[in-house]
Amino acid sequence: MPEKWKETARIIQRECIGDEIYSMWLETEEIARNAVPGQFISVYCRDGSRLLPRPISICEIDERDRTLRLVYRAVGKGTEEFAELSEGEYLEILGPLGNGFPLDRCGEGKKAFLIGGGIGIPPLVELAKQLKGEKQIILGYRDERFLDDELEYEGSVYVATEDGSYGTKGNVLDAIRENGLTADVIYACGPTPMLRALKSYAEAEGIECWLSLEERMACGVGACLGCVCKSTEIDPHSQVHNKRICKDGPVFRSTEVEL
Amino acid sequence: MRNMSVNLAGVELKNPVMTASGTFGSGMEYSEFVDLNKLGAVVTKGVANVPWAGNPTPRVAEVYGGMLNAIGLQNPGIEVFRKRDIPFLRQYDTKIIVNVCGRSKEDYCEVVEALRDEPVDLLEINISCPNVKEGGIAFGQNPKAVEEITAAVKKVAKQPIIMKLSPNVTDITETAKAAEAGGADVLSMINTLTGMKIDIHRRTFALANKTGGLSGPAVKPVAVRMVYQAAQAVKIPIIGMGGIMTAEDALEFLLAGAAAVSVGTANFVNPTATLDVIEGIDAYMEKYGIETITELVGAVREHPGSSVSFA
Repeated sequence: MPEKWKETARIIQRECIGDEIYSMWLETEEIARNAVPGQFISVYCRDGSRLLPRPISICEIDERDRTLRLVYRAVGKGTEEFAELSEGEYLEILGPLGNGFPLDRCGEGKKAFLIGGGIGIPPLVELAKQLKGEKQIILGYRDERFLDDELEYEGSVYVATEDGSYGTKGNVLDAIRENGLTADVIYACGPTPMLRALKSYAEAEGIECWLSLEERMACGVGACLGCVCKSTEIDPHSQVHNKRICKDGPVFRSTEVEL
Repeated sequence: MRNMSVNLAGVELKNPVMTASGTFGSGMEYSEFVDLNKLGAVVTKGVANVPWAGNPTPRVAEVYGGMLNAIGLQNPGIEVFRKRDIPFLRQYDTKIIVNVCGRSKEDYCEVVEALRDEPVDLLEINISCPNVKEGGIAFGQNPKAVEEITAAVKKVAKQPIIMKLSPNVTDITETAKAAEAGGADVLSMINTLTGMKIDIHRRTFALANKTGGLSGPAVKPVAVRMVYQAAQAVKIPIIGMGGIMTAEDALEFLLAGAAAVSVGTANFVNPTATLDVIEGIDAYMEKYGIETITELVGAVREHPGSSVSFA
């Protein structure tokens, strides 16, 4: 069983990398060196009126320096609080949580799609760094781009923007079709409508597909059953068609879940 | 450690601190952070006669100083629970309290019967869940129904029975007395308060179920008041809960008349909240020279000269 730690992490670097998009490097004791791509951490608010930890996916891991990077959108009171913190300040975190992307599904000589939509893009960075094989990174944005420049170093990047301001006008599937791309395996994280479209695309094309799901969470460790998704088969833990995103996921084989 | 042991219907707990049902699963997940041997008891997530799928998501939402949940009593059913969850908990030196849910009187009795020969210490009957259409709160808001279901469960139960009461009533003493009259050994209170949150940007309910149960520090004063009122009205012991985050919170409940306490939502904020509460109670006892914790139960005093009658 993977171990988890509750730690006080020091913020060693922070910057705003887009409209409401923040990047933060945290120094940890154990979490960074035990984390894998696709896992997340719970970040606790300092303001006691905000009880629940914010689940944030891990963007990058530096095992040697024991640091990890979060890239998140400040969308509410909690994440806005994190965005206001300075370097040298501390945050309570719990992790690493959930299961990551299965790296062994794409070896040398295989072709992968790494697909991210909006704030689902950050976990692709560490995934791209650790994954073997040919990496085609397809990024969907509403308008403003972020992290695409960093991902250029890890594979060939294709961009789709909803407003057509850059790359393909439309969504990530439009970018795949426009560029005539093919793959043996898909790894994806992003909004549910995107994941739903990718699930049916992958299943129609017979491509193995791994999706990272998101849901409102409370405990983050699998106890409260707040963040379930529908599973195709009866889940052995729940004994119903529910899987826990925080504990059994957040990454699932597309055929395991109903979206 | 000072003498923190408490007795609930003949069951001796090493300390008065337990987990609140639904916030701790059957202890497996939190056993990575908490030595379960240190807890007075583990109260499990509610279990029914058959597996329940629960409500659609979103099931949880944060509100100021609290949270709403509408899990809808998702559970694996008593068969798997017996084979998997009870043996897991039995490895630890703690008491096991199984929370039982149902849609009808027969459902509750079926689960209670299935647990007759299981090594569990107490049963907590959940007649107060606000998130299911049948059973749950429908029983818990009507004193006559509370008494009937308590008596029915009591008839088939081998273990002592805790009735978990709903705060969504006008007069908590009526349901408390009804449970006592039905033969309850212990009361557990409070379950969550029915609440609602609206997402003004999406113009939708925050929860798919529209309403959910409010828990966390926001409900604590209501819970303390209800425990106090019930403690004045019944003779059986009370397990107090509702927004306990710290030892100070737990002590308020004890002073109000609770014989033991449950820590719920706090687990999500701090995975070791239960242990922190135990340590904090011990420190308080040392500070005030309290030898046994039972000295504190119901020991709240009126202000000198006060003649205001209450409850």
